[in-house]
Amino acid sequence: MQTTGTLERVLRGLAITAIILFFMFPILWIFLMSFQTNETILRVPPSLFFDPTLVNYKALISGRLEGSTATLEIAFMSNLFNSLFLSVTSVTVGLILGVPAAYAFARLKFRGSEDIAFTLLSFRFAPPLLVLLPLTIYFQKIGLADTYGGLIWVYQLIVLPLILWIVRGYFEDIPADIEYAYRIAGHGFWATFRKIALPLAGPGIAAAGLLAFIFAWNNFIFALVLASADKQPVTVGALAFITASGINYGQIAAGIMLSIAPTFALALYAQRYLVEGLSLGAVKG
Amino acid sequence: MTSATAGHQPRRKLKLNKKYLPYLLSLPALLTCIGILIPFFTAVAYSLQRYRLSQPWARKYNWGENYLNFMTDPSFWNTLKVSMSYAFVTVGVELLFGLGIALLLHRRTRFNNFVSIMLLMPLMTAPALAALMWKLMTNPGFGVLSYAAESIGIQDMRWASDPSTALLTVVIVDVWVYTPFIMILLLAGLRSLPRQPFEAAELDGVPRLYVFWRITLPMLTPFLLTATLFRVIESIQQFDIIYAMTQGGPGDRLTVFQVEAYLNFFQSTNVGRSAALLMILWAITYFLSNIFIKNWLRLREKARGDA
Repeated sequence: MQTTGTLERVLRGLAITAIILFFMFPILWIFLMSFQTNETILRVPPSLFFDPTLVNYKALISGRLEGSTATLEIAFMSNLFNSLFLSVTSVTVGLILGVPAAYAFARLKFRGSEDIAFTLLSFRFAPPLLVLLPLTIYFQKIGLADTYGGLIWVYQLIVLPLILWIVRGYFEDIPADIEYAYRIAGHGFWATFRKIALPLAGPGIAAAGLLAFIFAWNNFIFALVLASADKQPVTVGALAFITASGINYGQIAAGIMLSIAPTFALALYAQRYLVEGLSLGAVKG
Repeated sequence: MTSATAGHQPRRKLKLNKKYLPYLLSLPALLTCIGILIPFFTAVAYSLQRYRLSQPWARKYNWGENYLNFMTDPSFWNTLKVSMSYAFVTVGVELLFGLGIALLLHRRTRFNNFVSIMLLMPLMTAPALAALMWKLMTNPGFGVLSYAAESIGIQDMRWASDPSTALLTVVIVDVWVYTPFIMILLLAGLRSLPRQPFEAAELDGVPRLYVFWRITLPMLTPFLLTATLFRVIESIQQFDIIYAMTQGGPGDRLTVFQVEAYLNFFQSTNVGRSAALLMILWAITYFLSNIFIKNWLRLREKARGDA
């Protein structure tokens, strides 16, 4: 490996430049677009130079979009709030339900445990619409249609299997002897769970929670099928946005930027957990 | 606060507790299981019915008719073909790119780590929003990529709205979003490989291409297999990118399984056909995911053994 020739180094550099260009350019371009008005966006040829303006962000935050013909009220901020609320509550509910269950699957082998775990995991890969379409009809019957509660319940379909399987792996990694020793010292089951198992599986729980949050935030199809305008997260809201007439392209770009900023920030903040979570515990980084 | 008192409970109570405890702890998971299975079996029932939301009075079981109709239904075969080619092309390109990038970033240098973190960003972007980003870039009026196409001599490139380039366009978006996933998995795999065979090969002066084909690739196979299966399962069900980009169009050019099922349900309100389509998709993914889960569990066992 040490004997790298000049030609090889140049090729390597070119390849890496091309890769960075392909993967970073769209984000950079939309970022730049979000600081422009239609006037500079519609220029031919497109250019990297313009006077940056914050009007797009201001319009989105105030909720009033000045279109070319009329003023449009768009509740983008409420979409953003919905995304945040749905993701945070689903992950919280998922962790409260999932972590003890993961512990049960890992430690207390019981009848049917493997079957339940396997069913949950295999439905993680089933087409979401298969479950969603009958649910739309059920939800209308039981009055859960278009409620946050209904959505949070459905979001468990993504969040819970993820948490169960990642956290279970971490619990299984803890040597059972540590827990036995603590139990023998006279502590109860719950105390052992809280004081020993939970802290030791902390990184796994963090990884699972983080990943679950990102999956929930980025989800599109669940809310598209089940939520009406006032419950929609940004992924669905932005789509309605682009088809609305008289919208400035810069405002769409600004909306996209605001929608992807939270997951980007999380990813940067906790990339180590993310990599472990993404590989589903298949590799230890 | 039960934890504080549980330690001082008499032994008998603890035993009783122990028998039901696992079920108590996993009850939510169990309920979710049931919560998934009920709609699933409802969908099975729908798929065996003549059921249109617009004609509720005509609803009745027609058993296998929805499935039999597929045999002579060109739009079903189109759906199958489009889904298969989408999955095949996206995963193929992503594997090639992902492996290439992982090999380039193999060594743990500061720069390489920085690049691999940057490459996480597309993966963090919601696929539906990624499609919108590319839609803005391929807009015939002001899209920077439309301009770029024109400046290299491709006149009037209309990307997703042209039947001949629609598949290409959504494939590019998919590749943009998911290549980093494969890259991360393979990079972690590469870095977890034992050093000895590589050092030995270097000492013996084995050519590097030979090392790649005979050592790196075989040792990486379990990771490649996991990544491929995982992506194929997801890619054959792709909805977000295609729906956000073209809603299955132009015409029926991109009506993959889930898009077609969605349109059947909400536009033509043909619940029976929609459910039958999803059942076929489910059968495909069930088959693949069983292989995947077994393979993944083996990989996880191995990773744990090494740790």
